[in-house]
Amino acid sequence: MEVPFAFLVGVLFASGLYLMMQRNLLRFVFGLLLLSGAVNVLIFTAGRLSRGVPPIIPEGLAAPAGPVANALPQAVVLTAIVIGFGLIVFTLVLVLRVYERLGTVMTEELGPALVRSPDAREEP
Amino acid sequence: MLSAVLIAFAFALGAPFMKRLAGDRAGWWLALLPAGLTVWYLSYLPSVAAGESIREVTAWVPRLGITLAMRMDGLSLLMALIVAGIGTAIVIYAGGYLKGDPKLPRFYLILLAFMAAMLGVVTSDDLISLFVFWELTSITSYFLVGYKHESAGSRASALQALLVTAGGGLAMLAGFLLIAVITGSTSISALLADPSMLLASPLLPAVIVLIAIGAFTKSAQFPFHFWLPNAMAAPTPVSAYLHSATMVKAGVYLLARLAPVFTGEPVWVWLLTLVGATTVVVAAALALLQRDSKALLAYSTIVALATMVMLIGVGGEFAGGAVVVFLLAHALYKAPLFMVAGSVDHEAGTRDVTALRGLGRVMPITWATALVAGISAAGLPPLFGFIAKEVAYEAFLGAIPWLLLPLVAAGAVLLMVAALVAWRPFVGREVMAPRAVHEAPFAMLVGPAVLALAGLLFGLAPGLLVDGLLVPAAVAVIGAPYTFYLELWHGLTPELGLSALTVALGLLLSWRWIALNAGLRSRFEGSRTGPAGAYQAFADGLVPFAEAFTRRVQPQDLRLHLSIIIGVAVAATGITGLLMGTLVLRVAHPIGYFYEYLVVAVAVAAALAAARASSRLVAIIALGVLGFAIAILFVFFAAPDLAMTQFLVETLIVIIVALVLIRLPRGSLRERGDRTARLVTGVIAVSGGLLVTSLMLTVTLEPLDLRLADFFAAASYPSALGRNIVNVILVDFRAIDTLGEIAVLVVAAVGVYALLRRRASRSEPMGAGPPRATDGEGEGT
Repeated sequence: MEVPFAFLVGVLFASGLYLMMQRNLLRFVFGLLLLSGAVNVLIFTAGRLSRGVPPIIPEGLAAPAGPVANALPQAVVLTAIVIGFGLIVFTLVLVLRVYERLGTVMTEELGPALVRSPDAREEP
Repeated sequence: MLSAVLIAFAFALGAPFMKRLAGDRAGWWLALLPAGLTVWYLSYLPSVAAGESIREVTAWVPRLGITLAMRMDGLSLLMALIVAGIGTAIVIYAGGYLKGDPKLPRFYLILLAFMAAMLGVVTSDDLISLFVFWELTSITSYFLVGYKHESAGSRASALQALLVTAGGGLAMLAGFLLIAVITGSTSISALLADPSMLLASPLLPAVIVLIAIGAFTKSAQFPFHFWLPNAMAAPTPVSAYLHSATMVKAGVYLLARLAPVFTGEPVWVWLLTLVGATTVVVAAALALLQRDSKALLAYSTIVALATMVMLIGVGGEFAGGAVVVFLLAHALYKAPLFMVAGSVDHEAGTRDVTALRGLGRVMPITWATALVAGISAAGLPPLFGFIAKEVAYEAFLGAIPWLLLPLVAAGAVLLMVAALVAWRPFVGREVMAPRAVHEAPFAMLVGPAVLALAGLLFGLAPGLLVDGLLVPAAVAVIGAPYTFYLELWHGLTPELGLSALTVALGLLLSWRWIALNAGLRSRFEGSRTGPAGAYQAFADGLVPFAEAFTRRVQPQDLRLHLSIIIGVAVAATGITGLLMGTLVLRVAHPIGYFYEYLVVAVAVAAALAAARASSRLVAIIALGVLGFAIAILFVFFAAPDLAMTQFLVETLIVIIVALVLIRLPRGSLRERGDRTARLVTGVIAVSGGLLVTSLMLTVTLEPLDLRLADFFAAASYPSALGRNIVNVILVDFRAIDTLGEIAVLVVAAVGVYALLRRRASRSEPMGAGPPRATDGEGEGT
């Protein structure tokens, strides 16, 4: 099942990158969201997929009885999901503030708007 | 030998405190270091005279096979003695020359650090450590040339010296690395012992050219000669030490060190002799234009360095002997001449030789020193310089006689320079100088006098040095056993005839100098062509070029900026992967259940919908669907923790995005028109997607290393008493990582809070943004 996942990640990457390269900052954030999801699936798949054997040790045993799913990428991805969440929220609020300050979310208008508004430039 | 270098570095660090303790006498105390090192190096004389070469090896970067190997043979010992011995004179002299200068502590620090690095260069037995010491000398030279940092000219000269020598150093490093790749070793001893592998390599010419560029830049050979006269912006002790006696000889030293390997290779012979000959002619011609005593000496230094480069290129026994004799003779006369010029500048207030007359009456000891050193520099008997010139002529006569043409002409110019520095300012009935002149203080007399007298002593009794020092040094340059003797009087030889011719020409030049100099200056003064002009164009053009380039690839538009970064990254990775054949697009037959395909298909459709959506609502819904689809895939593939987290996070994100969207402008997400931009970004994005897919296909075909996963599965319960392996990894085995993750979240939360709070406290409408602030964002997992 790794092959369909490879194509899924490819599509996620392509859509994410495409959105990040558009003029609207909101679409940039959506692209970021897609990209962080894509990377999670990528790492998960790189550790190989297995069905129905979560990496959990049954009661009464000191180690899993048979082969279980690769726990390492799961731990890494778990961290990545949470960090990705923090990143997205921060970026969203940043975009919100940019809009409130400069009145636009179009990338090519940000520079000129900043020049027009020395007040906004001063803000740290 | 390494300890000597390290002690010198440590001493350098302590030098500023010595200045504080000893005040104006600090120079005398600090001179104990080079004096002690001189004595210490002298203790190697007996074993070196016996033909031994002593090695010391300290591991440095063992995994890369880089060692701090040091080696002491005749050539290293000769150079080390020059560095430490002249260093003693210079440190004492500097104490008088820079007396009262508030920057003197720093000066001592850098000067002694330079000395330590220079000793490292001449005793290194490893190419990499030699390179490191080599660059250290360039850097210390930069600080010393730029000592008068208030002056823009001084700063520009320092930068020029650094860029030229460090640039050459990089070429040299490339040459060293080629040697390391070809022979598998960076040891100089190993290379000298068995160069056959290097000599058989087709890359040999490249190695020779790269190393020669390093040596030529350091030793100011054409077309890199221009930095040395400009480096005269440094205080005179620095010019005397770095830019005549030691650092500029590093290039000559390197060539001499490697000469046994390359001698006889056509590229080596022609490169060295032709560049040397060109340099001799160019520097001699430029010397005719000068009136500043230090500039005159700088050009004569270039001529001397070029002579040694030519001798090394010629190769063979006579030339090998001549190089080491010339090396020592030049150090012994040029350093005192510089110091004398500095004393005159210090006392009389100018270095313009046309503005000085009659100083011999008031500065008798300085004049005497100048005369002795000057006669040696002019190549007249009975000084050591005479012997050096004779043996050099002899070496050329026996090998490539026509090289003597430029040398005889340049010899005449050297005599003229000696006359202008050591004779003209001192003679005359009336004292002529910009201010009242006194004899220089004792500290500025003793060093140059001792060095000049050494030149006289070795001239009268050359046998003193030959067997103990010069023969072992020559053997190191030649690479084969050899012995020779030196005598002041050889009888009526062709060399003597050439010397007579040189002297006659030199006297003629000196006699007609004023008219010649004035005529040449009126014609050529201020012309900025040639290599110096090329450097200037490079230096002037670099910053504007960088600015224009940056404006182009980093425009003030996030979209273009990102497109360039992503495009370059995708293209570079993809093209490399395709060229190297590491990317495969083989597809193993997929095995899966139809419901798995169904969810994957939903995820793909959701991603595409999000990319194409023009309505914000559609985009949010698509993103939500995608997130939940991924969560379901995690469920299918045995990752319940991931699925749970993904559900939670996805829900939160959808809520937060919706909350933020309320405050953002309504209307279409998609821009109208601009089809080209859409097409370009589309192509970049699709290529990126394809690249990632093929990367994943490649990776999943490789066998998987399960050692870590097996370890965690086995250790999870016995070591951490946890049954959920993923959780145990997060909170036990990789707890620090998790702590970092929490810290990131806290920082993000603080950032969000700060952004929103600021908005609440200062609500002014800028544009169409509705200024309202109520909500705070929920954070946490």
